[in-house]
Amino acid sequence: MAGLQRGAAAIVGVAESDLGAVAAEMSPIDLMAQGIHRALTDCGLSLSEVDGLICATAQSRTSGLNLAEYLGISPAFIDTTILGGSSFMFHVAHAQMALQLGLCQVAVIAYGSTQRTIGRRHASVREYNPYETPFRPFLPSTAYALAASRHMHQYGTTREQLAAIAVAAREWALKNPVAWEKKPLTIAEVLSARMISYPFTVRDCCLVTDGGGAVIMTPAERARSLKKPPAYVLGCGQAITHANISSMPDLTVTGAVPSGRAAYDMAKLGPADIDVLELYDAFTINTILFLEDLGFCEKGEGGSFVESGRIAPGGALPVNTNGGGLSYCHPGMYGLFLLIEATRQLRGECGERQVRNCEVALAHGNGGVLSSQATVILGAAATV
Amino acid sequence: MERIAQSPLAIYQQYLDKGELAYQWSPEANRAVFYPRVICPYTGSNRLEWRVSAGLGAVYATTVTHPREGAPYNVALIDVDEGFRLMSRVEGIAPEAVKIGMRVKFRVHRPKGDQASGDEPPYPVFVPLGEGA
Repeated sequence: MAGLQRGAAAIVGVAESDLGAVAAEMSPIDLMAQGIHRALTDCGLSLSEVDGLICATAQSRTSGLNLAEYLGISPAFIDTTILGGSSFMFHVAHAQMALQLGLCQVAVIAYGSTQRTIGRRHASVREYNPYETPFRPFLPSTAYALAASRHMHQYGTTREQLAAIAVAAREWALKNPVAWEKKPLTIAEVLSARMISYPFTVRDCCLVTDGGGAVIMTPAERARSLKKPPAYVLGCGQAITHANISSMPDLTVTGAVPSGRAAYDMAKLGPADIDVLELYDAFTINTILFLEDLGFCEKGEGGSFVESGRIAPGGALPVNTNGGGLSYCHPGMYGLFLLIEATRQLRGECGERQVRNCEVALAHGNGGVLSSQATVILGAAATV
Repeated sequence: MERIAQSPLAIYQQYLDKGELAYQWSPEANRAVFYPRVICPYTGSNRLEWRVSAGLGAVYATTVTHPREGAPYNVALIDVDEGFRLMSRVEGIAPEAVKIGMRVKFRVHRPKGDQASGDEPPYPVFVPLGEGA
């Protein structure tokens, strides 16, 4: 993004809160606070040093107020941009802007959701849309299914190819001790699972879990003196194409095209330079769309690109190494978890699922119904 | 400044009450605008004219949504010939028989229970062209 300086800021601390099914009566703000405490411990900073506060959750209309009060801080910089699951990639760009301008010195980005505990309908109330609601789309599933129908029609993408994405995610999840799903998954099991909205069965759809976490950012100079190796922000990009699926210009092409281009331009890197990809897999079709739109294969070839294990453990291109929204966790707005995993991969902290020689990671967030797209490219010290 | 006397949605629904599918036309952009708005998203102008569609179009995207209870149903995006797209459903055939590219024709759907308080307004649905037209 123009105005942001490559490598000027870094992610220095990351942590998940409790995930999966959290204790009864936990609030989204409790989970943010737990994530912040753990992320501060991760980098060795203290709460009193936090002067930039950024958060989003569907469960609190004024989450910034609630979180600042809860933490007992009066932040110099605050941002509660909410654009769906990609919000946190937008937040990284906003944090870097604030850090670069000296508006704050330590920025926290936090998320929390208890959607599994309280029920998805209560966690994320849908606005009535007189042009869509009468047709009873089961959102977001129906919208993504419409996009999948279009991709299958235009490019011959198959349900088996979509299922291969769910299977790859599951294989990665089995290497992640905190992943929700613990059992292997086959293509046949994906295809025969309960139908949600054709072509998606429940295994083509992300999990519904609780969860939260936090990411801490500082200027690059400060980052170098902290506990863990910094994950430098090399590139950021963003694009909004629509809000409702009936207004999406082309259901087979997402805003990841301009978003990715802007991030690559800022990073002075291209797809061939990326060592690990964390893509927002709310549904299996997402992974195909983003592999295409971010330049890892040609438009329309995403299905054949993934069908033979290329993105699974041991494949040529590691994608969604934490197990993804499909098998690791998906507490409503998942983007923050992509940043957490990308940072850990760059640090070499990922144990059995660690990608070797990992120096550049791309985290791509998606929000709404393919509506908001935002890309963050992170790099280890050697890349700055 | 001119006060808006009727919302774009209210005007759209008045057309539907008469059995017509209305959309807006932006003379400056020389293209259709849907859903109805106060200003044109292509030019920013507030010059928008109401037109009535011939009601013919083609299925752009389609899915069959399976509720936890009740029968599966079709949800589709329809490209109407005048150059706008809307969410709707194709009726009169099995939901899985709806195919992309299929030619369809508009008809108005009037939800039952019109007598009851809080009745739902009519909305546009489609049937395969040549059937129920």
